[in-house]
Amino acid sequence: MSNRRTFLKVAGFTVIGIAGRRLLSGVAEASVTATAPHRTGRRWAMVVDPRKCLKDQGCRKCIEACHSTHNVPAMPEPRHEVKWIWKEPFTKAFPDQEAEFIDETLTSQPVLVFCNHCDNPPCVKVCPTQATWRRDDGIVMMDWHRCIGCRYCVAGCPYGSRSFNWRDPRPFVPNVVESFPTRTKGVVEKCTFCEERLAEELPPACVAACPEKALTFGDLNDPGSEVRSLLRARFAVRRKPALGTHPAVYYLV
Amino acid sequence: MLEKALTGSRNYWMWMGFLGGLVVLGLAFYMKQFAFGLGVTGLSRDVTWGFYIAQFTFLVGVAASAVMVVLPYYLHNHKEFGRITILGEFLAVAAVVMCMLFIFVDMGQPTRVLNVILYPTPHSLMFWDMVSLGGYLVLNALISHVTLNAERKGIKPPTWIKPIIILSIPWAISIHTVTAFLYSGLAARPFWMTAILAPRFLASAFSSGPALLILMTLLIRRFTRFDPGDEAIRRLALIVTYAMSINVFFILMELFTALYSGIPEHVDHFRFLFLGLPGSTVLVPWMWASAVLSVLALVLLINPATRNRQRTLVLACIAVFVSIWIDKGLGMVVAGFIPTPTAHVVAYVPTLPELMISLGVYAIGVLLITLFYKIALSVRGELPA
Repeated sequence: MSNRRTFLKVAGFTVIGIAGRRLLSGVAEASVTATAPHRTGRRWAMVVDPRKCLKDQGCRKCIEACHSTHNVPAMPEPRHEVKWIWKEPFTKAFPDQEAEFIDETLTSQPVLVFCNHCDNPPCVKVCPTQATWRRDDGIVMMDWHRCIGCRYCVAGCPYGSRSFNWRDPRPFVPNVVESFPTRTKGVVEKCTFCEERLAEELPPACVAACPEKALTFGDLNDPGSEVRSLLRARFAVRRKPALGTHPAVYYLV
Repeated sequence: MLEKALTGSRNYWMWMGFLGGLVVLGLAFYMKQFAFGLGVTGLSRDVTWGFYIAQFTFLVGVAASAVMVVLPYYLHNHKEFGRITILGEFLAVAAVVMCMLFIFVDMGQPTRVLNVILYPTPHSLMFWDMVSLGGYLVLNALISHVTLNAERKGIKPPTWIKPIIILSIPWAISIHTVTAFLYSGLAARPFWMTAILAPRFLASAFSSGPALLILMTLLIRRFTRFDPGDEAIRRLALIVTYAMSINVFFILMELFTALYSGIPEHVDHFRFLFLGLPGSTVLVPWMWASAVLSVLALVLLINPATRNRQRTLVLACIAVFVSIWIDKGLGMVVAGFIPTPTAHVVAYVPTLPELMISLGVYAIGVLLITLFYKIALSVRGELPA
């Protein structure tokens, strides 16, 4: 009897101890992710020039490049759609922008949208397993092996940037690219600024595919970068700035 | 004590068999969902939480409501609750189990669900929800077991259980507060981002839970020698009256703030619920039914004559329960997603597998309640031989 009691005691304290250590390390990690915009190292960002993008309305080159590079499936049912980058009408992408009386060719036109890689990403804050996290260079990443599919991040994202795999996506990937992972059912995915291409010093696939150079990618922390010179010279807006998320995707006006 | 659940009348076994059948049916549909993925539900890229999470939210309220019998009995020494306190605690246990199951069936990768413990993340409210719900389950299971065991032996409960019972009171408040924080902390969803959400959740919990408890005790009284006592029912009815009044008051405050300020992203969600938006009007009749039932319930409850007459009280309790179930179990979660952050209206209707899995989870809950109540009443010798 006393043996069993001792065993239970020891086992109990061991479990509590392990959980406690995990918890503390969680707090430590959390405080790292909560830091404000980095001004050292690189801070990746994208600048979109909608006027250039509008030159060819039917163009889907960036979307196709992204989705084929990343094994994004073409789901048969619209409600199961998975998308990393897509076109959204201006009024939907910027629901808080008035733009009354402006040339209608601008407001009714579609704008490219994708993950904003926010400085304060709400998705990272809410994820219960740290399966999505923010790197020091600003990229908001996804761990498809840790994600439990609770979709709290989807509820937390103010931009609708995240997709969930409602069923096994693999049968619907037209041509599987072996160098990039496919996903399983039940996990969330989104744009990752092509971190796998950045690691090889290549620009994101959408940027490389755009014939009009409507997408400019670069380091915000480098005053001489192309993104910085564009943002210096022209007025740019970001989606829902009032929420304090500080998106790293800028739209030139 | 568990052996008390293993003997019973023919009716008892038929009822348990019926519930067991529903559980098996739900499990069969769950296996389908497990194999195919959550695509068997009506959920979509834009409406990513629906019926499951809504039932979870509603049932957290039912679980928390046990505090409405525990608090008067243990803190204010309201002796008339002595016979039903244990029923409230057992109801809490069954409700928390259902909550956890509804979360589980909503997981895209259910086999990885322990990652929440393996990688504890204090900045996620879901972590705290797990802590508070798990703790509440342990507290209530322990309290009901210890107090019932003492009753069986005809002795007083051990003194060490008292502080644990006291702890369960703020803990009950915490489970529904944290559940509200899951929603109200999201800047992306203006419909949920309101400071009144947690108080509203509590008010609706403290009306729907005791209303259910009244209905159940009256039902048990018909079939057994168990008698909650008229005074206990009267007190509970008063609690339901106050809580329901506060709940409706909070809803009106919410409506005023949203509608008078007129900010489109706040108004749109209410418009979707009560008037419908082009693309989806599916919830409109439900929400109006909920509103009408609320008013009916208040009329019947506030008037002492109808509150104290059993038939009208039953009607009022059903009205409270159904009204709040519609509000939390159908409207509240889905409306946060419609319209979407990109101002689209995407329709959502639960599918048959989704409803059958939910039915299975509810059947598990009712099965547990039957089991617990059977044990409690057997211990007290209140069952017909």
